[in-house]
Amino acid sequence: MDLQLKIWRQKNKLNKGEIKNYSIKNIEPDMSFLEMLDILNQGLISSGEEPVAFDHDCREGICGACSLVINGAPHGPDKGTTTCQLHMRRFNDGDTIYIEPFRGNSFPVIKDLVVDRSAFDRIQQAGGYVSVNTSGNTVDANATPIPKPDADKAFEAAACIGCGACVAACKNSSAMLFVGAKVSQYAHLPQGKVEAKERVTNMVKQMDKEGFGNCTNTGACEAHCPKEISVENIANLNREYLLSKIK
Amino acid sequence: MYSSIIKKVLMALSGIFLMVFLLQHLAINLTSLFPDDGNTFNKISHFMGYNPLVQFVLQPILIFGVFFHFIMGFVLEYQNRKARISKYIYHKTRSSWVSKNMILSGLVILAFLALHFYDFWIPEMDYKYINFKQPDSLKYFHELQEKFYGQTTRTTIYCISFILLGLHLNHGLSSSFQSVGISNKKEKNLQRLAIIYSFIISFGFSFIAIYHYFVH
Ligand code: HEM
Ligand code: SF4
Ligand code: FES
Repeated sequence: MDLQLKIWRQKNKLNKGEIKNYSIKNIEPDMSFLEMLDILNQGLISSGEEPVAFDHDCREGICGACSLVINGAPHGPDKGTTTCQLHMRRFNDGDTIYIEPFRGNSFPVIKDLVVDRSAFDRIQQAGGYVSVNTSGNTVDANATPIPKPDADKAFEAAACIGCGACVAACKNSSAMLFVGAKVSQYAHLPQGKVEAKERVTNMVKQMDKEGFGNCTNTGACEAHCPKEISVENIANLNREYLLSKIK
Repeated sequence: MYSSIIKKVLMALSGIFLMVFLLQHLAINLTSLFPDDGNTFNKISHFMGYNPLVQFVLQPILIFGVFFHFIMGFVLEYQNRKARISKYIYHKTRSSWVSKNMILSGLVILAFLALHFYDFWIPEMDYKYINFKQPDSLKYFHELQEKFYGQTTRTTIYCISFILLGLHLNHGLSSSFQSVGISNKKEKNLQRLAIIYSFIISFGFSFIAIYHYFVH
Protein backbone atom coordinates (compact mmCIF):
# COMPACT_ATOMS: atom_id res chain seq x y z
CA MET A 1 0.00 0.00 0.00
CA ASP A 2 0.95 3.64 -0.50
CA LEU A 3 0.78 6.11 2.37
CA GLN A 4 1.15 9.79 3.17
CA LEU A 5 3.11 10.35 6.38
CA LYS A 6 3.04 13.58 8.37
CA ILE A 7 5.98 13.29 10.74
CA TRP A 8 7.19 15.66 13.45
CA ARG A 9 10.79 16.66 12.70
CA GLN A 10 12.83 18.51 15.29
CA LYS A 11 16.62 18.88 15.14
CA ASN A 12 17.20 19.05 18.90
CA LYS A 13 15.77 20.11 22.24
CA LEU A 14 16.04 23.82 21.51
CA ASN A 15 14.82 23.71 17.91
CA LYS A 16 11.17 24.49 17.26
CA GLY A 17 10.23 21.55 15.09
CA GLU A 18 7.46 21.09 12.52
CA ILE A 19 5.39 18.51 10.67
CA LYS A 20 6.97 17.30 7.40
CA ASN A 21 5.24 15.34 4.66
CA TYR A 22 6.57 12.08 3.25
CA SER A 23 5.12 9.68 0.67
CA ILE A 24 5.94 6.03 1.00
CA LYS A 25 5.11 3.28 -1.49
CA ASN A 26 4.78 -0.51 -1.57
CA ILE A 27 4.31 -1.10 2.14
CA GLU A 28 3.30 -4.69 2.94
CA PRO A 29 0.31 -5.14 5.29
CA ASP A 30 2.32 -7.68 7.30
CA MET A 31 5.05 -5.20 8.15
CA SER A 32 5.13 -3.73 11.61
CA PHE A 33 4.73 0.01 12.00
CA LEU A 34 8.38 0.37 12.98
CA GLU A 35 9.50 -1.64 9.94
CA MET A 36 7.57 0.82 7.83
CA LEU A 37 9.58 3.61 9.46
CA ASP A 38 12.80 1.61 8.89
CA ILE A 39 11.99 1.54 5.18
CA LEU A 40 11.25 5.24 5.17
CA ASN A 41 14.61 5.86 6.84
CA GLN A 42 16.50 3.69 4.36
CA GLY A 43 15.03 5.79 1.59
CA LEU A 44 15.97 9.00 3.37
CA ILE A 45 19.52 7.82 3.99
CA SER A 46 20.06 6.78 0.40
CA SER A 47 18.87 10.16 -0.82
CA GLY A 48 21.30 11.85 1.58
CA GLU A 49 18.67 13.07 4.02
CA GLU A 50 18.63 12.83 7.80
CA PRO A 51 16.66 9.71 8.92
CA VAL A 52 13.73 10.10 11.33
CA ALA A 53 14.85 9.40 14.90
CA PHE A 54 12.50 7.19 16.93
CA ASP A 55 12.86 5.03 20.05
CA HIS A 56 12.67 1.22 19.96
CA ASP A 57 14.41 -1.74 21.48
CA CYS A 58 12.79 -5.13 22.07
CA ARG A 59 10.11 -4.79 19.36
CA GLU A 60 8.07 -7.38 21.18
CA GLY A 61 6.06 -5.22 23.53
CA ILE A 62 7.99 -5.71 26.74
CA CYS A 63 10.65 -3.05 27.13
CA GLY A 64 8.68 0.20 26.96
CA ALA A 65 11.15 1.92 24.66
CA CYS A 66 8.90 2.52 21.67
CA SER A 67 6.57 5.48 21.82
CA LEU A 68 4.91 7.64 19.09
CA VAL A 69 1.53 9.28 18.91
CA ILE A 70 -0.07 7.83 15.80
CA ASN A 71 -3.08 9.67 14.40
CA GLY A 72 -3.57 11.34 17.76
CA ALA A 73 -3.35 8.14 19.82
CA PRO A 74 -0.31 7.10 21.88
CA HIS A 75 0.84 3.68 20.61
CA GLY A 76 -1.66 3.95 17.77
CA PRO A 77 -5.21 2.76 17.18
CA ASP A 78 -5.17 -0.69 18.85
CA LYS A 79 -6.03 -1.18 22.50
CA GLY A 80 -3.45 -2.89 24.67
CA THR A 81 -0.76 -2.75 21.98
CA THR A 82 2.64 -1.10 21.88
CA THR A 83 3.73 0.76 18.75
CA CYS A 84 6.23 -1.97 17.98
CA GLN A 85 3.42 -4.53 17.84
CA LEU A 86 1.20 -2.47 15.60
CA HIS A 87 0.96 -3.78 12.05
CA MET A 88 0.38 -1.99 8.79
CA ARG A 89 -2.69 -4.09 8.01
CA ARG A 90 -4.42 -1.78 10.47
CA PHE A 91 -4.17 0.95 7.81
CA ASN A 92 -5.57 1.31 4.32
CA ASP A 93 -3.97 2.13 1.01
CA GLY A 94 -3.86 5.90 0.55
CA ASP A 95 -4.17 6.72 4.27
CA THR A 96 -2.58 9.79 5.78
CA ILE A 97 -0.85 9.03 9.09
CA TYR A 98 0.22 11.65 11.62
CA ILE A 99 3.24 10.65 13.69
CA GLU A 100 4.18 12.83 16.65
CA PRO A 101 6.34 12.40 19.73
CA PHE A 102 4.87 11.84 23.22
CA ARG A 103 4.36 15.39 24.46
CA GLY A 104 4.56 16.98 27.89
CA ASN A 105 7.03 19.40 29.46
CA SER A 106 8.38 16.57 31.59
CA PHE A 107 9.13 14.58 28.41
CA PRO A 108 11.19 17.07 26.37
CA VAL A 109 11.86 16.15 22.74
CA ILE A 110 15.50 15.18 22.18
CA LYS A 111 15.23 14.72 18.44
CA ASP A 112 12.30 14.14 16.06
CA LEU A 113 10.17 11.49 17.75
CA VAL A 114 12.56 10.68 20.59
CA VAL A 115 11.68 12.16 23.97
CA ASP A 116 13.56 12.20 27.26
CA ARG A 117 11.64 10.01 29.70
CA SER A 118 14.25 10.12 32.46
CA ALA A 119 11.67 11.85 34.69
CA PHE A 120 10.19 8.36 35.14
CA ASP A 121 13.58 7.00 36.19
CA ARG A 122 13.90 9.72 38.81
CA ILE A 123 10.43 8.93 40.15
CA GLN A 124 11.40 5.25 40.38
CA GLN A 125 14.64 6.11 42.12
CA ALA A 126 12.70 8.16 44.67
CA GLY A 127 10.99 5.06 46.05
CA GLY A 128 10.01 2.44 43.49
CA TYR A 129 11.97 -0.36 45.14
CA VAL A 130 12.17 -2.58 48.19
CA SER A 131 15.38 -2.61 50.21
CA VAL A 132 16.74 -6.12 50.62
CA ASN A 133 19.70 -7.22 52.67
CA THR A 134 21.86 -9.14 50.20
CA SER A 135 24.77 -9.97 52.50
CA GLY A 136 24.38 -13.72 52.42
CA ASN A 137 21.13 -14.08 54.33
CA THR A 138 18.62 -13.29 51.59
CA VAL A 139 15.23 -14.93 51.93
CA ASP A 140 13.57 -16.42 48.89
CA ALA A 141 10.62 -14.15 48.05
CA ASN A 142 8.50 -17.25 47.45
CA ALA A 143 8.99 -18.28 51.08
CA THR A 144 6.59 -15.51 52.13
CA PRO A 145 2.99 -16.67 51.68
CA ILE A 146 0.88 -14.12 49.78
CA PRO A 147 -2.88 -14.44 49.20
CA LYS A 148 -3.63 -15.07 45.54
CA PRO A 149 -5.83 -11.95 45.03
CA ASP A 150 -3.05 -9.72 46.39
CA ALA A 151 -0.42 -11.43 44.30
CA ASP A 152 -2.61 -11.00 41.20
CA LYS A 153 -3.14 -7.30 41.87
CA ALA A 154 0.56 -6.73 42.44
CA PHE A 155 1.33 -8.63 39.27
CA GLU A 156 -1.16 -6.68 37.20
CA ALA A 157 0.35 -3.40 38.41
CA ALA A 158 3.86 -4.69 37.79
CA ALA A 159 2.99 -5.24 34.13
CA CYS A 160 3.61 -1.51 33.57
CA ILE A 161 6.58 -1.16 31.20
CA GLY A 162 7.16 2.51 31.98
CA CYS A 163 6.57 3.66 28.41
CA GLY A 164 4.90 6.96 29.29
CA ALA A 165 1.87 6.59 27.03
CA CYS A 166 -0.33 7.47 30.00
CA VAL A 167 1.33 10.88 30.18
CA ALA A 168 1.12 11.30 26.42
CA ALA A 169 -2.59 10.46 26.40
CA CYS A 170 -3.59 12.62 29.36
CA LYS A 171 -4.77 16.12 28.56
CA ASN A 172 -2.95 17.23 31.72
CA SER A 173 0.23 15.22 31.07
CA SER A 174 -0.40 13.51 34.37
CA ALA A 175 1.82 10.61 35.43
CA MET A 176 -0.65 9.25 37.97
CA LEU A 177 -1.21 5.92 36.20
CA PHE A 178 2.50 5.16 36.03
CA VAL A 179 3.11 6.21 39.64
CA GLY A 180 -0.09 4.44 40.71
CA ALA A 181 1.14 1.21 39.12
CA LYS A 182 4.61 1.52 40.63
CA VAL A 183 3.25 2.22 44.10
CA SER A 184 0.54 -0.47 43.90
CA GLN A 185 2.84 -3.24 42.79
CA TYR A 186 4.49 -3.03 46.21
CA ALA A 187 1.53 -1.87 48.26
CA HIS A 188 -0.19 -5.24 47.80
CA LEU A 189 2.80 -7.26 48.99
CA PRO A 190 4.11 -7.76 52.53
CA GLN A 191 7.64 -6.97 51.33
CA GLY A 192 6.44 -3.56 50.20
CA LYS A 193 4.70 -2.62 53.42
CA VAL A 194 7.90 -1.78 55.32
CA GLU A 195 8.79 1.24 53.21
CA ALA A 196 5.24 2.04 52.07
CA LYS A 197 5.02 5.46 53.67
CA GLU A 198 8.35 6.80 52.41
CA ARG A 199 7.73 5.26 49.01
CA VAL A 200 4.45 6.97 48.30
CA THR A 201 5.53 10.27 49.82
CA ASN A 202 8.78 10.46 47.90
CA MET A 203 7.45 9.22 44.59
CA VAL A 204 4.56 11.70 44.61
CA LYS A 205 6.92 14.48 45.63
CA GLN A 206 9.23 13.66 42.73
CA MET A 207 6.28 13.35 40.35
CA ASP A 208 5.12 16.87 41.25
CA LYS A 209 8.66 18.20 41.06
CA GLU A 210 9.04 16.89 37.52
CA GLY A 211 6.09 19.06 36.47
CA PHE A 212 3.51 16.44 35.49
CA GLY A 213 -0.09 17.69 35.63
CA ASN A 214 -2.85 16.75 38.08
CA CYS A 215 -5.28 13.91 37.51
CA THR A 216 -8.79 14.79 36.29
CA ASN A 217 -9.79 11.11 36.06
CA THR A 218 -10.56 11.30 32.35
CA GLY A 219 -9.40 7.70 31.96
CA ALA A 220 -7.41 8.41 28.78
CA CYS A 221 -4.32 6.88 30.42
CA GLU A 222 -5.90 3.47 30.92
CA ALA A 223 -7.50 3.55 27.47
CA HIS A 224 -4.10 4.03 25.80
CA CYS A 225 -1.91 2.02 28.14
CA PRO A 226 -0.40 -0.85 26.13
CA LYS A 227 -0.54 -3.02 29.25
CA GLU A 228 -4.08 -1.88 30.11
CA ILE A 229 -3.07 -0.85 33.62
CA SER A 230 -6.30 -0.06 35.47
CA VAL A 231 -7.14 3.39 36.89
CA GLU A 232 -7.94 1.44 40.03
CA ASN A 233 -4.23 1.91 40.68
CA ILE A 234 -4.75 5.68 40.77
CA ALA A 235 -7.41 5.35 43.47
CA ASN A 236 -5.01 3.04 45.23
CA LEU A 237 -2.21 5.61 44.99
CA ASN A 238 -4.50 8.31 46.41
CA ARG A 239 -5.52 6.02 49.25
CA GLU A 240 -1.93 5.06 50.06
CA TYR A 241 -0.94 8.72 50.00
CA LEU A 242 -3.77 9.83 52.29
CA LEU A 243 -3.17 6.96 54.71
CA SER A 244 0.52 7.86 54.84
CA LYS A 245 -0.46 11.37 55.95
CA ILE A 246 -2.72 10.07 58.71
CA LYS A 247 -0.59 7.23 60.03
CA MET B 1 2.55 24.14 48.45
CA TYR B 2 0.12 21.24 48.62
CA SER B 3 0.86 18.11 46.58
CA SER B 4 -1.20 17.39 43.49
CA ILE B 5 -3.03 14.64 45.35
CA ILE B 6 -4.00 16.85 48.29
CA LYS B 7 -5.27 19.49 45.88
CA LYS B 8 -7.45 16.92 44.18
CA VAL B 9 -8.76 15.66 47.51
CA LEU B 10 -9.72 19.20 48.51
CA MET B 11 -11.35 19.65 45.12
CA ALA B 12 -13.33 16.47 45.65
CA LEU B 13 -14.37 17.30 49.22
CA SER B 14 -15.48 20.83 48.35
CA GLY B 15 -17.39 19.40 45.37
CA ILE B 16 -19.11 16.77 47.50
CA PHE B 17 -20.02 19.43 50.05
CA LEU B 18 -21.66 21.48 47.29
CA MET B 19 -23.47 18.39 46.10
CA VAL B 20 -25.04 17.85 49.50
CA PHE B 21 -26.13 21.47 49.48
CA LEU B 22 -27.70 21.00 46.04
CA LEU B 23 -29.78 18.08 47.29
CA GLN B 24 -31.09 20.20 50.12
CA HIS B 25 -31.81 23.10 47.74
CA LEU B 26 -33.69 20.77 45.40
CA ALA B 27 -35.72 19.28 48.23
CA ILE B 28 -36.88 22.73 49.30
CA ASN B 29 -37.68 23.83 45.75
CA LEU B 30 -39.72 20.71 45.17
CA THR B 31 -42.14 21.93 47.84
CA SER B 32 -43.05 24.76 45.46
CA LEU B 33 -44.86 22.11 43.42
CA PHE B 34 -47.22 21.24 46.28
CA PRO B 35 -50.83 22.14 45.51
CA ASP B 36 -51.09 24.47 48.52
CA ASP B 37 -50.52 27.85 46.85
CA GLY B 38 -46.89 27.83 47.91
CA ASN B 39 -47.64 27.59 51.61
CA THR B 40 -45.03 24.97 52.50
CA PHE B 41 -42.49 26.58 50.19
CA ASN B 42 -43.02 29.98 51.81
CA LYS B 43 -42.69 28.55 55.31
CA ILE B 44 -39.41 26.77 54.63
CA SER B 45 -37.98 29.70 52.65
CA HIS B 46 -38.86 32.07 55.44
CA PHE B 47 -37.20 29.77 57.97
CA MET B 48 -34.04 29.57 55.85
CA GLY B 49 -34.04 33.31 55.32
CA TYR B 50 -34.31 34.30 58.97
CA ASN B 51 -32.72 31.48 60.93
CA PRO B 52 -29.45 32.89 62.33
CA LEU B 53 -27.69 29.53 62.10
CA VAL B 54 -28.53 29.25 58.40
CA GLN B 55 -27.86 32.92 57.65
CA PHE B 56 -24.69 33.52 59.58
CA VAL B 57 -23.04 30.10 59.81
CA LEU B 58 -24.18 27.85 56.96
CA GLN B 59 -24.45 30.55 54.32
CA PRO B 60 -20.89 31.88 54.78
CA ILE B 61 -19.55 28.31 54.76
CA LEU B 62 -21.43 27.64 51.55
CA ILE B 63 -20.13 30.79 49.89
CA PHE B 64 -16.61 29.93 50.99
CA GLY B 65 -17.11 26.42 49.58
CA VAL B 66 -18.17 27.75 46.19
CA PHE B 67 -15.24 30.17 45.98
CA PHE B 68 -12.78 27.57 47.20
CA HIS B 69 -14.01 25.04 44.64
CA PHE B 70 -13.88 27.19 41.55
CA ILE B 71 -10.65 28.94 42.48
CA MET B 72 -9.02 25.54 43.07
CA GLY B 73 -10.52 24.46 39.73
CA PHE B 74 -8.78 27.39 38.03
CA VAL B 75 -5.49 26.60 39.80
CA LEU B 76 -5.61 22.95 38.66
CA GLU B 77 -6.62 23.92 35.14
CA TYR B 78 -3.75 26.43 34.95
CA GLN B 79 -1.21 23.88 36.16
CA ASN B 80 -2.57 21.22 33.83
CA ARG B 81 -2.33 23.47 30.79
CA LYS B 82 1.16 24.54 31.79
CA ALA B 83 2.29 20.90 31.93
CA ARG B 84 2.21 20.66 28.12
CA ILE B 85 3.44 23.82 26.45
CA SER B 86 4.14 22.31 23.06
CA LYS B 87 0.74 21.05 21.95
CA TYR B 88 -0.12 18.13 19.72
CA ILE B 89 -0.96 18.86 16.11
CA TYR B 90 -3.43 16.01 16.30
CA HIS B 91 -4.58 14.47 19.61
CA LYS B 92 -7.59 12.20 19.75
CA THR B 93 -7.76 10.11 22.91
CA ARG B 94 -10.33 7.65 24.13
CA SER B 95 -11.96 9.61 26.97
CA SER B 96 -15.28 11.36 27.44
CA TRP B 97 -15.90 14.96 26.40
CA VAL B 98 -17.33 15.85 29.80
CA SER B 99 -14.29 14.61 31.72
CA LYS B 100 -11.99 16.65 29.47
CA ASN B 101 -14.06 19.82 29.74
CA MET B 102 -14.81 20.20 33.44
CA ILE B 103 -13.52 23.77 33.30
CA LEU B 104 -16.02 24.57 30.55
CA SER B 105 -19.05 23.12 32.34
CA GLY B 106 -17.69 24.75 35.51
CA LEU B 107 -17.53 28.16 33.84
CA VAL B 108 -21.12 27.80 32.64
CA ILE B 109 -22.15 26.98 36.22
CA LEU B 110 -20.23 30.02 37.44
CA ALA B 111 -21.98 32.29 34.92
CA PHE B 112 -25.28 30.72 35.92
CA LEU B 113 -24.53 31.37 39.60
CA ALA B 114 -23.97 35.04 38.81
CA LEU B 115 -27.39 35.19 37.13
CA HIS B 116 -29.02 33.19 39.89
CA PHE B 117 -27.61 35.51 42.57
CA TYR B 118 -28.75 38.50 40.58
CA ASP B 119 -32.24 37.00 40.32
CA PHE B 120 -32.80 35.87 43.90
CA TRP B 121 -29.98 36.45 46.32
CA ILE B 122 -29.21 40.13 45.73
CA PRO B 123 -32.89 41.20 45.93
CA GLU B 124 -33.15 39.20 49.15
CA MET B 125 -30.05 40.80 50.68
CA ASP B 126 -31.31 44.19 49.54
CA TYR B 127 -34.69 43.51 51.15
CA LYS B 128 -33.31 42.31 54.45
CA TYR B 129 -30.04 44.01 55.12
CA ILE B 130 -30.06 47.22 53.08
CA ASN B 131 -33.65 48.41 53.15
CA PHE B 132 -34.45 46.64 56.43
CA LYS B 133 -37.95 45.80 55.26
CA GLN B 134 -40.31 43.86 57.50
CA PRO B 135 -40.13 40.09 57.11
CA ASP B 136 -42.82 38.94 54.68
CA SER B 137 -43.32 35.22 54.89
CA LEU B 138 -45.54 35.13 51.81
CA LYS B 139 -43.31 36.77 49.23
CA TYR B 140 -41.13 33.80 48.24
CA PHE B 141 -43.62 31.88 46.16
CA HIS B 142 -44.73 35.04 44.33
CA GLU B 143 -41.15 35.89 43.49
CA LEU B 144 -40.61 32.44 42.07
CA GLN B 145 -43.71 32.68 39.88
CA GLU B 146 -42.82 36.18 38.77
CA LYS B 147 -39.36 35.05 37.67
CA PHE B 148 -40.53 32.03 35.68
CA TYR B 149 -44.16 32.31 34.59
CA GLY B 150 -44.04 32.94 30.82
CA GLN B 151 -40.38 34.03 31.07
CA THR B 152 -38.94 32.13 28.11
CA THR B 153 -35.39 33.51 28.16
CA ARG B 154 -34.77 32.94 31.83
CA THR B 155 -36.34 29.48 31.85
CA THR B 156 -34.26 28.45 28.83
CA ILE B 157 -30.99 29.73 30.32
CA TYR B 158 -31.74 27.96 33.59
CA CYS B 159 -32.52 24.66 31.89
CA ILE B 160 -29.40 24.73 29.70
CA SER B 161 -27.33 25.47 32.80
CA PHE B 162 -28.95 22.55 34.62
CA ILE B 163 -27.93 20.20 31.81
CA LEU B 164 -24.31 21.33 32.04
CA LEU B 165 -24.51 21.19 35.82
CA GLY B 166 -25.70 17.59 35.50
CA LEU B 167 -22.77 16.71 33.25
CA HIS B 168 -20.32 18.41 35.62
CA LEU B 169 -21.80 16.57 38.57
CA ASN B 170 -21.80 13.22 36.84
CA HIS B 171 -18.10 13.26 36.11
CA GLY B 172 -17.40 15.24 39.29
CA LEU B 173 -18.98 12.73 41.63
CA SER B 174 -17.50 9.64 40.06
CA SER B 175 -14.10 11.38 39.82
CA SER B 176 -14.21 12.52 43.43
CA PHE B 177 -14.45 8.92 44.60
CA GLN B 178 -11.22 8.19 42.76
CA SER B 179 -9.62 11.31 44.23
CA VAL B 180 -10.30 10.28 47.80
CA GLY B 181 -9.02 6.77 47.13
CA ILE B 182 -12.14 4.73 46.43
CA SER B 183 -11.91 3.07 43.04
CA ASN B 184 -14.96 3.88 40.95
CA LYS B 185 -13.88 1.13 38.61
CA LYS B 186 -13.97 -1.64 41.16
CA GLU B 187 -17.15 -0.28 42.73
CA LYS B 188 -19.37 -0.03 39.67
CA ASN B 189 -22.25 1.12 41.86
CA LEU B 190 -20.44 4.41 42.47
CA GLN B 191 -20.69 5.27 38.79
CA ARG B 192 -24.36 4.38 38.86
CA LEU B 193 -24.80 6.59 41.92
CA ALA B 194 -23.15 9.49 40.06
CA ILE B 195 -25.50 9.02 37.10
CA ILE B 196 -28.59 8.81 39.32
CA TYR B 197 -27.55 11.80 41.45
CA SER B 198 -26.73 14.05 38.51
CA PHE B 199 -29.92 13.06 36.73
CA ILE B 200 -32.05 13.85 39.78
CA ILE B 201 -30.42 17.28 40.18
CA SER B 202 -30.50 18.19 36.52
CA PHE B 203 -34.00 16.90 35.82
CA GLY B 204 -35.42 18.02 39.17
CA PHE B 205 -34.40 21.69 38.88
CA SER B 206 -35.35 21.81 35.19
CA PHE B 207 -38.77 20.37 35.93
CA ILE B 208 -39.42 22.98 38.62
CA ALA B 209 -38.43 25.83 36.31
CA ILE B 210 -40.56 24.49 33.44
CA TYR B 211 -43.51 23.86 35.76
CA HIS B 212 -43.56 27.46 36.95
CA TYR B 213 -43.09 28.64 33.37
CA PHE B 214 -46.45 27.06 32.45
CA VAL B 215 -48.41 27.06 35.70
CA HIS B 216 -49.44 30.11 37.71
C1 HEM C 1 -18.74 27.54 40.37
C2 HEM C 1 -18.38 27.02 39.24
C3 HEM C 1 -17.58 25.75 39.16
C4 HEM C 1 -16.37 25.64 38.56
C5 HEM C 1 -15.61 26.74 37.85
C6 HEM C 1 -15.96 24.26 38.70
C7 HEM C 1 -14.79 23.76 38.20
C8 HEM C 1 -14.38 22.46 38.32
C9 HEM C 1 -13.22 21.91 37.68
C10 HEM C 1 -12.28 22.63 36.75
C11 HEM C 1 -13.14 20.62 38.06
C12 HEM C 1 -12.09 19.61 37.61
C13 HEM C 1 -10.90 19.66 38.47
C14 HEM C 1 -9.95 18.59 38.06
O1 HEM C 1 -10.26 17.41 38.22
O2 HEM C 1 -8.88 18.90 37.53
C15 HEM C 1 -14.22 20.35 38.95
C16 HEM C 1 -14.44 19.15 39.57
C17 HEM C 1 -15.50 18.90 40.39
N1 HEM C 1 -16.59 19.74 40.62
FE1 HEM C 1 -16.74 21.64 40.02
N2 HEM C 1 -16.89 23.57 39.40
C18 HEM C 1 -17.91 24.43 39.69
C19 HEM C 1 -19.05 24.15 40.37
C20 HEM C 1 -19.32 22.94 40.96
C21 HEM C 1 -20.50 22.66 41.73
C22 HEM C 1 -21.65 23.64 41.98
C23 HEM C 1 -20.35 21.39 42.20
C24 HEM C 1 -21.24 20.56 43.08
C25 HEM C 1 -22.39 20.90 43.48
C26 HEM C 1 -19.11 20.86 41.71
C27 HEM C 1 -18.61 19.60 41.97
C28 HEM C 1 -17.42 19.09 41.50
C29 HEM C 1 -16.84 17.83 41.86
C30 HEM C 1 -17.39 16.81 42.83
C31 HEM C 1 -15.64 17.71 41.15
C32 HEM C 1 -14.71 16.51 41.13
C33 HEM C 1 -13.49 16.66 41.95
C34 HEM C 1 -12.53 15.54 41.61
O3 HEM C 1 -12.32 15.22 40.45
O4 HEM C 1 -11.96 14.96 42.52
N3 HEM C 1 -18.50 21.82 40.95
N4 HEM C 1 -14.98 21.50 39.09
S1 SF4 D 1 0.93 2.78 33.07
FE1 SF4 D 1 0.79 1.93 31.00
S2 SF4 D 1 1.03 3.73 29.66
FE2 SF4 D 1 1.77 4.33 31.69
S3 SF4 D 1 3.97 3.91 31.67
FE3 SF4 D 1 2.99 2.05 32.50
S4 SF4 D 1 2.68 0.74 30.69
FE4 SF4 D 1 3.10 2.79 29.88
S1 FES E 1 10.19 -1.65 21.43
FE1 FES E 1 10.07 -2.64 23.39
S2 FES E 1 7.98 -2.33 23.88
FE2 FES E 1 8.06 -1.57 21.86
